[in-house]
Amino acid sequence: MTNPLKRILLVDDSPRDIELALDALAQNSLANEVVTLRDGVEALDYLYRRGPFADRTDSQPAVVLLDLKMPKVDGIEVLRQIKSDPQLKMIPVVVMTSSREEQDLVRSYQLGVNAYIVKPVQFQEFVEAVKQVGAFWAVVNEPPPGSARSLRPKLP
Amino acid sequence: MTNPLKRILLVDDSPRDTELALDALAQNSLAKEVVTLRDGVEALDYLYRRGPFVDRTDSQPAVVLLDLKMPKVDGIEALPLPGPRAVPARSPQERGGVLGKSLSSGAVEPEPVAADGSRRTSREAERLAPTAVGGYGSLSQPPPVQTR
Repeated sequence: MTNPLKRILLVDDSPRDIELALDALAQNSLANEVVTLRDGVEALDYLYRRGPFADRTDSQPAVVLLDLKMPKVDGIEVLRQIKSDPQLKMIPVVVMTSSREEQDLVRSYQLGVNAYIVKPVQFQEFVEAVKQVGAFWAVVNEPPPGSARSLRPKLP
Repeated sequence: MTNPLKRILLVDDSPRDTELALDALAQNSLAKEVVTLRDGVEALDYLYRRGPFVDRTDSQPAVVLLDLKMPKVDGIEALPLPGPRAVPARSPQERGGVLGKSLSSGAVEPEPVAADGSRRTSREAERLAPTAVGGYGSLSQPPPVQTR
């Protein structure tokens, strides 16, 4: 296998949360395959390989960790565009938000979110949550074809 | 939130795998809220509240852990249901089957298999299972109560 580490796309406008998440992922040796972006516009440009990412040739991320409340384009809109596009809809999207509003929860699941995590307020719990989410989506879960790693059977 | 223990629906025709999974979930104190079923017909009857489950009044599970190769109705047939699912697929062919059909499964998770093709030891399986459930069952908020 050429690339044992599956890429994580982390989209969050909070520098503090990004730093904490990267620390948490580093504890599981996952941090060097994390791309961090700060709003929905950047996330969509990245996934559609346009604008600053027009020259991006690597595979799609194995999972998108997506904040909801962000400037420019919010997480719900990013989720909607991903899940309504046949080229992107298979990419797992995990909402990580401080929102406990039922409306956000319902809308996210209606749009096809793969998991919805309410960010724990406590620092240590937040780190633990990111570690578990990273371990599941970047190690345990098998991403769709076109993600960073594909477990193809070895040819004899 | 209101319901700290979210119910897990485990659908697998292998008694051994079911037993191992329940052991692993028990280690995270999650086993009490696991419903185990043995094939796709049972799973669909449970979710649609029909047949033996016609009187079921509790909410839908927070997640369905779904084997693919099962008698009667297989996991692929049961997949296009609302809500989170995780598929412990055993073979690359099974994964290809799922992914090839472009179903919007939440997660496809290979069952641990050793290099010689045999299943990994129970210890390895148990090591992986809490991670899987930790990433899904205990952390992720399920959709709002789905009662009819």
